[in-house]
Amino acid sequence: MHPVVKTVLERLGLGLATLFFVSIIIFSAIEMLPGDFGQAILGQAALPETVAAFRQELGLDKPAHIRYFDWALGAIQGDLGTSFSGRNASGADRSAEVVDKIAPRLWNTLFLASMAALIAVPLSLILGILTALYRNSFFDRSVNTATLTTISFPEFFVAYILILFFASLNQIFPSLANVDPDTNLGERIYRTALPAFTLTLVIVAHMMRMTRAAIINLLASPYIQMAKLSGASQTEIILKHALPNAWAPIATVIAFNLAYLVVGVVVVEVVFVYPGVGQLMVDAVRTRDIPVVQGCALIFAVTYILLNLIADIIGIVTNPRLLHPK
Amino acid sequence: MKNKKDNTTLLQIKDLKIEGFSDERWHKIIKGVNLELKRGEVLGLIGESGAGKSTLGLAAMGYTQPGCRITGGQINFDGVDLTKRTDSEKRKYWGNRMTYVAQSAAASFNPAHRLINQTTESTIRAGLKKQNEAFDEARALYDALNLPNPETIGERYPHQVSGGQLQRIMTAMAMSPNPDLIVFDEPTTALDVTTQVEVLAAMRDIVKTYGTAAIYITHDLSVVAQMADRIKVLRYGEEVEEAMTRKMLKSPKEDYTKSLWSVRSIQKPEKKSKDIILEVKNVDAFYGSFHVLKNINIKLPLGRTVALVGESGSGKSTVARVITGLLEPKIGSVKFKNRELPPSLKGRTKDQLQKIQMIYQMADVAMNPKQTVYDIISRPASFFAGLTGANLRKRVIELLEQIDLDESFIDRYPSELSGGQKQRICIARALAANPEVVICDEVTSALDQIVQEGILKLLGRLQKDLNLSYIFITHDIATVKAISDEVVVMNEGEVVEQGLKSEIFSPPHPEYTELLLSSVPEMDPDWLTDLLKARNY
Repeated sequence: MHPVVKTVLERLGLGLATLFFVSIIIFSAIEMLPGDFGQAILGQAALPETVAAFRQELGLDKPAHIRYFDWALGAIQGDLGTSFSGRNASGADRSAEVVDKIAPRLWNTLFLASMAALIAVPLSLILGILTALYRNSFFDRSVNTATLTTISFPEFFVAYILILFFASLNQIFPSLANVDPDTNLGERIYRTALPAFTLTLVIVAHMMRMTRAAIINLLASPYIQMAKLSGASQTEIILKHALPNAWAPIATVIAFNLAYLVVGVVVVEVVFVYPGVGQLMVDAVRTRDIPVVQGCALIFAVTYILLNLIADIIGIVTNPRLLHPK
Repeated sequence: MKNKKDNTTLLQIKDLKIEGFSDERWHKIIKGVNLELKRGEVLGLIGESGAGKSTLGLAAMGYTQPGCRITGGQINFDGVDLTKRTDSEKRKYWGNRMTYVAQSAAASFNPAHRLINQTTESTIRAGLKKQNEAFDEARALYDALNLPNPETIGERYPHQVSGGQLQRIMTAMAMSPNPDLIVFDEPTTALDVTTQVEVLAAMRDIVKTYGTAAIYITHDLSVVAQMADRIKVLRYGEEVEEAMTRKMLKSPKEDYTKSLWSVRSIQKPEKKSKDIILEVKNVDAFYGSFHVLKNINIKLPLGRTVALVGESGSGKSTVARVITGLLEPKIGSVKFKNRELPPSLKGRTKDQLQKIQMIYQMADVAMNPKQTVYDIISRPASFFAGLTGANLRKRVIELLEQIDLDESFIDRYPSELSGGQKQRICIARALAANPEVVICDEVTSALDQIVQEGILKLLGRLQKDLNLSYIFITHDIATVKAISDEVVVMNEGEVVEQGLKSEIFSPPHPEYTELLLSSVPEMDPDWLTDLLKARNY
C-alpha cells in the first residue's frame, strides 16, 4: 500500500476514535445539565407519579450507559431519536424526529457557510500572497490594519454596521435573512449576502495573515536565494517556490475557520434572524430538548473532525517527502 | 557547447565596498577589493569565516544578500557595470550567463519540485533551449558528472538522493545554461572526504571541458589548490595577497597566509598506556529496526585520547550515545574502571554520570541562550559537587581560568561570545563536573582553522593537567593527527581498524582506511590528478 494511503487511513481511524470520545463527552455533559425535562414540561404542580410515568415514556428512567448505546447505535444508522418538544401536559404528541428538525436548518447553515467560504478563502489567499509579495509596503500595512480591525470587533457589531450601511442608509440588501425551503437560489444568495459578508470580515484576517506568514517564513530559505540567483522574478519565487511548500499550515488555518463558519455563527444568525443550526441548538438547550442538543453537538463534532482531517490530508499530499518516499 | 576559453577579461571588480546592517548599524564587510577574472579561468577565494568571501562571490554576480548594500566601486561583467543595473535587468544575467553553486545542496534545492525541473528551470526561463532539449542536455550533464542512472535520476525529488549526488546535480544546474561564470560557494564543505573527491573531480572536469570561468570559494587550502589557477586570500574584507596557485603554495608572502598554511601542523607524539579506564564491549545497537552498531569493541586507555574516525552515518556519534547511556545497546555493555555501567541513563548513579561528560559540535545550540556563562558553568558544579554561594563562584572563576578566559566573561550571554569562546565555555561546563572521561563530538568541525588550533591545544593541556581521557569523534584526519594516541576507524556501524596512531597511519591499510586516508586532500596541486590516475578513473 502506498504510504500516503496508509497515513490517510490512519488519520481516518483516529478521526473515528475521536468522534467516539466526543460522543461520550456530549452525552455525559448533557446528563450533567441541571433540572429535569419531565418536571420542566409538566410544571411544578405535577404529581410525582405523573412525572415518573412521563419519564418512563421518554426512556429517561433507563440507566445512562444503556441510553448512551441506544443513542449511539441510532446515530450510526442516521437516527438521532425523537425530539422532546411538541409534547405537553395534556398528553398530545406532536413531536418530530430530530433528523427532520435539524436537516433543513443544517442545509441553511451549510449554505451560509459555503457562501462565506467562497468569498473569504480566495480573498484571504490572494491578499496573503499579495501582502507577502509587497511586504512592508503601504499596501501590506493597510491590508493588515484593515483585517485586524474587522477581526477585533465583535461579530454583532460588524453585523449591525453592515446593516446600517447596506440595508438602512442604502437599501441594497435586506437586513433580515429569512429564508425557507421554497426560496429560490438567487433570492437565497441575495438574502444571505449581509450575514455572509459579516462572516467574511470576521475570518479573513486569520487566514490571510497565516498565508502571509507561511510564505514569508520560507523566503529566508536557501532555496529561495537560489531561485533568485537563477533569475526568477518575485512573483515566480512566491507562487512557484514558496507557496507549494506553505500549503500545510495554510490548510490547517482554513479548516479551522471553515469549522467556525459551521459551528460558531449563532450570534450572526440571531442578528439576521437566519434559521440555522446555531439558533436551533440554543433553543433546544433552553427547552431542555436533549435529543436535539445531542444531535447538533454531534454534527458540530463531525464537522470539526472532518475538516481537520482534510487539512491533514492536504498537508500530506503537498509534502513530497511523504508523497514520494525514498 | 564550445569551449569559451580565451584571454579576454570577463569580470573586473574595482575597489568594491559592501556594508551589512546588524546591531542597529552598518558594518563594513568588503573594504575596497579588486578582482579580475579572464574567460575560462578559475580563481580561488580563501579566508576564514567573516572574511567576506561569500559576500564577494555573490557580488561578482551583482547580488547582495538582504540587509547588505554596495557603497562604492564597480562590478564590470563583460563590459556592463552591474552596480548600476536594477534587479530586473540583472535577472537576465542570473541563471543565464552567471550561475551559483551553494554550500548546502540539501537546503538549496526546493523540496517541492523534481530535480530535472530545477536543473533546467533557468535555462528554459531564459529561452536558451526548449524543454526537451534542456532535459536531454541535463541528462547528458548528469552522465558527465558520474551520477548513477543519469536517465532517471532527474525524476526524483531532492530528499530522494544523497548529499554528494545533490551537490553534483547542483553543478549540473549551474552548467545547464552554459554560463560564462559560475560561483562555487564552499560546494564540498558539507561532504564527506570520500564523496568530496568525486565531486571535486566532476566539477573540475566539467569547468575545464566547457572553459567556463569560475570563482571557487572555500576555507580549505588543499581543496582550492586542486581547483584554482589563481588564489586570492581575504581577511576582514580586504585582500591579503594574490598569486598563481603553485607560486602561492610554494612561497606565500604575507604572515597571515603563512599562518593559514601552518595551522594543520600540530603533531602530538603518541603515548601508550596499559590501564584501561573505559571499555565498550561487543555492543550492538539499533534505531528502531535499523542496525546502527555491529559488534563494537573499543578500549580507552587512562589519560589518553582515542580518536573515532569515520564518515557521516558510520555510527561514531551513536557510540557516544551508547557510552553516555542515551541509547541502550541491544547486546553488549560499557565498562568503566572494570565495572559494568547500567545500560540506560536512568539506571546510572550521580557518581557514574559525573565521571563521563560530553562536549558537542555546535556550541551555539548546546547552550541555553537565556543563561549567562555563570549559570551555564555553575549548574554542573553545584549539581555534582554540591557547591553553593561564594565557593561556587570561586569554582566557576577557576574553571574560566582553566580555559584561558577571565572573570569578566562571567555575566555574558552566549550571544556575546565568539565561536571559539562558546566552545571553551562548553569545555568548562564539562570540566565543572570533575569528569574522568570526556567525549568530544566533532568539537572543532564548526570552527575556523586558527580557532581550531587554539581549542585543540587547550584540550591537550587540560588532558595533561587533569589526567583526562578523551574519546574524540571526528571526520577530519588532520585533527586526528593533532590530538590522538590511538585511532578507531569506523565504517557502516563497524570498527574497521583500531590501534596506535602510528600503526593506523602507516601502510598496509585495510581497504576502507586506504580509501579514507587517500581521499584527504593535500596541499599539492597535482594531488587530485595523481589520485584519480591511481584510482583509474
